[in-house]
Amino acid sequence: MRVLIVEDDREIAHFVQRGLKESGHGAEVAYDGDDGLDLALSGSFDAIIIDRMLPERDGLSVIQALRGAGVRIPVLILSALGEVDDRVKGLKAGGDDYLTKPFALTELLARIEALGRRVSSEEPATRYAVGDLVLDRLTHKVMRGGEPIVLQPREFRLLEYLMRNAGQVVTRTMLLENVWDYHFDPQTNVIDVHISRLRGKIDKGFGKPLLHTVRGAGYMIRDGVG
Amino acid sequence: MASGRLLRSRVFRRTLAVVLLLTGVAAAITGVVGWHANAIYTRSAELSIETDANELKSELVTRGFDALVKLVAERSRSGGSGIYYLADAKGVYRAGNLTRLPDWSTAYGRGLFSYKKGGTSRTAAGLLIEIDGEPRLVVGRDVEDQRALLLAVYRTIAYGTALLLLVGLAGSVLIAHLIQRRIEDMSRASADIMSGNLSGRIPVDGSRDELDRLAVQLNEMLARIEQLMIGLREVSDNIAHDLKTPLNRLRNRAEAALADGRGADVWRSGLEKVIDEADELIKTFNALLLIARLEAGSTADSFEPVDLSSLVADVIELYEPVAEEAGFQLRSAIAPDVWVDGNRQLLGQTLANLIDNALKYAAAAKDGREIAVSMGKEAETARLVVADRGPGIAAENRERALKRFVRLEQSRSLPGTGLGLSLVAAVARLHHGAVRLEDNAPGLRVVVELPLARSVAHVADSAPDLSYEKEPVRG
Repeated sequence: MRVLIVEDDREIAHFVQRGLKESGHGAEVAYDGDDGLDLALSGSFDAIIIDRMLPERDGLSVIQALRGAGVRIPVLILSALGEVDDRVKGLKAGGDDYLTKPFALTELLARIEALGRRVSSEEPATRYAVGDLVLDRLTHKVMRGGEPIVLQPREFRLLEYLMRNAGQVVTRTMLLENVWDYHFDPQTNVIDVHISRLRGKIDKGFGKPLLHTVRGAGYMIRDGVG
Repeated sequence: MASGRLLRSRVFRRTLAVVLLLTGVAAAITGVVGWHANAIYTRSAELSIETDANELKSELVTRGFDALVKLVAERSRSGGSGIYYLADAKGVYRAGNLTRLPDWSTAYGRGLFSYKKGGTSRTAAGLLIEIDGEPRLVVGRDVEDQRALLLAVYRTIAYGTALLLLVGLAGSVLIAHLIQRRIEDMSRASADIMSGNLSGRIPVDGSRDELDRLAVQLNEMLARIEQLMIGLREVSDNIAHDLKTPLNRLRNRAEAALADGRGADVWRSGLEKVIDEADELIKTFNALLLIARLEAGSTADSFEPVDLSSLVADVIELYEPVAEEAGFQLRSAIAPDVWVDGNRQLLGQTLANLIDNALKYAAAAKDGREIAVSMGKEAETARLVVADRGPGIAAENRERALKRFVRLEQSRSLPGTGLGLSLVAAVARLHHGAVRLEDNAPGLRVVVELPLARSVAHVADSAPDLSYEKEPVRG
């Protein structure tokens, strides 16, 4: 995946660039809005990470220009602005995800990978499968090794989101945002308990675990060595 | 430079201008009245002179000179204001109360002249009439009283104007001086306040006049500012104190890891702990920023109708497993279809904070591991109650517990930012609601009251799609 980073703070830009490269992605940096827009329009990127406040041209106007030109690359907005409305404004302007500074690199990587994945499978599949675990979005049925598993509606959505991003790290805040539509940090680690309940239903008694905890980052569902 | 200041004084200049204007108007009115009175008198004198003259002329024409002499003599004796003189063809006096032809002050034939009466010189208006081509008859009227009146009017105008000007000037000086003194008192007081004495106030004299009311209002403003400043100072003191502790811990951990000779693994776990501490600090900062923004009221424009019933149910569903894990029973009683105008995220966070708090503080309680959440609807308010069976908060501490960074002694050892309840209070205020802490006997009952949504029609359109076929908003 090739990622364009538009960020005027060189330290943050290089930190993110290195992080992306270390996890196997290509990354290029533009230091102001005009350069960022030119590079983004070149069409050689799969995703864009853009700061909201930039010299020459602010982040939101870059996104609007891109969308105006019909470019559908997924965009993650980085911002020091944490106001309640800012995120809404960012997404309205055409951003796909919004992350407030300061952020954890693992959080940024997980989100950008989820964004990249979303484009490659534009239409969400009606059926997800990881190993012998199968989720059918139309019938709302979940089976593991042919055995039906009964899930609560929220557990179903949780599993659905994890399986849509199978093989990729999903952070707690991503789950909170996408499964519960909450954009705040609960003090207690509520997500962990939901995950462990889900794990009890889909992994317990089935030999090989599929739902893994990724230390310091979040969770991942995959078929393979834990 | 008192006179210079006086001239620069707006009050003085304005008052003086009004005094000058009024004086001018008064002089004009008096002048016009005098002029009119004079005109009426003059007209009546002229009319009477003309009538008299015509009668005399017709006597001369119809009955002859001797009859005229008789008539003039008769009229002169009658004691009225009439003045007559009649001479014969040789210019010798024959009749009338004047014994000789007066000196005309104006043109031949008609005008003013002076005559003597009882030793004083008086003025008269009259007509000089020719008989056989010679000026021989004078018919006049005494106008001395009229002239005296006119003179009195002019004198009144002169003296009155002078008096008005004098009194007005003195009044302007006095008013300007009084107001200037009040304003100087005010600016002295405000200079004192500016120099740092925030508890200083502008003097109020109790007269309830406009300046006094202004002073009272400014004082209220100053009191509010002082209160805010005290609050700010308290907050920054608390921030300094409460952030120093985790920063210290962060530094200690980094230092301890660095000093440890055992190598990479210890360093790694040390760094992880440092990141954890940093994350906690970031959370605290974010909460602080959020509260500050809520208090500035800058997010109110993002309000929309929120289905509080389903939001509360959602948050409870989110917390249920955690509560259960911690050995708590999370009970709920939720009235359906309660809508408020607000921000869903903030309202959700409010309830999350309250449940978080209950889980944290009631964890020590031996029995009564129970958290009851209820949501009801009253006439105009939605009422959300979160009650636990923990140690509660003593009545005298409840007010303080809603403030930023206040962590009562009993909770100092527990993790958390100490901002949970103050965030709840700030969210409630932003939504024009209120938070009360009550005794759950035993335990704490937090009551959040929010005004119900205003438009119900609007509500139906924006009801969220709860089916879980729905892709995430950004999807």
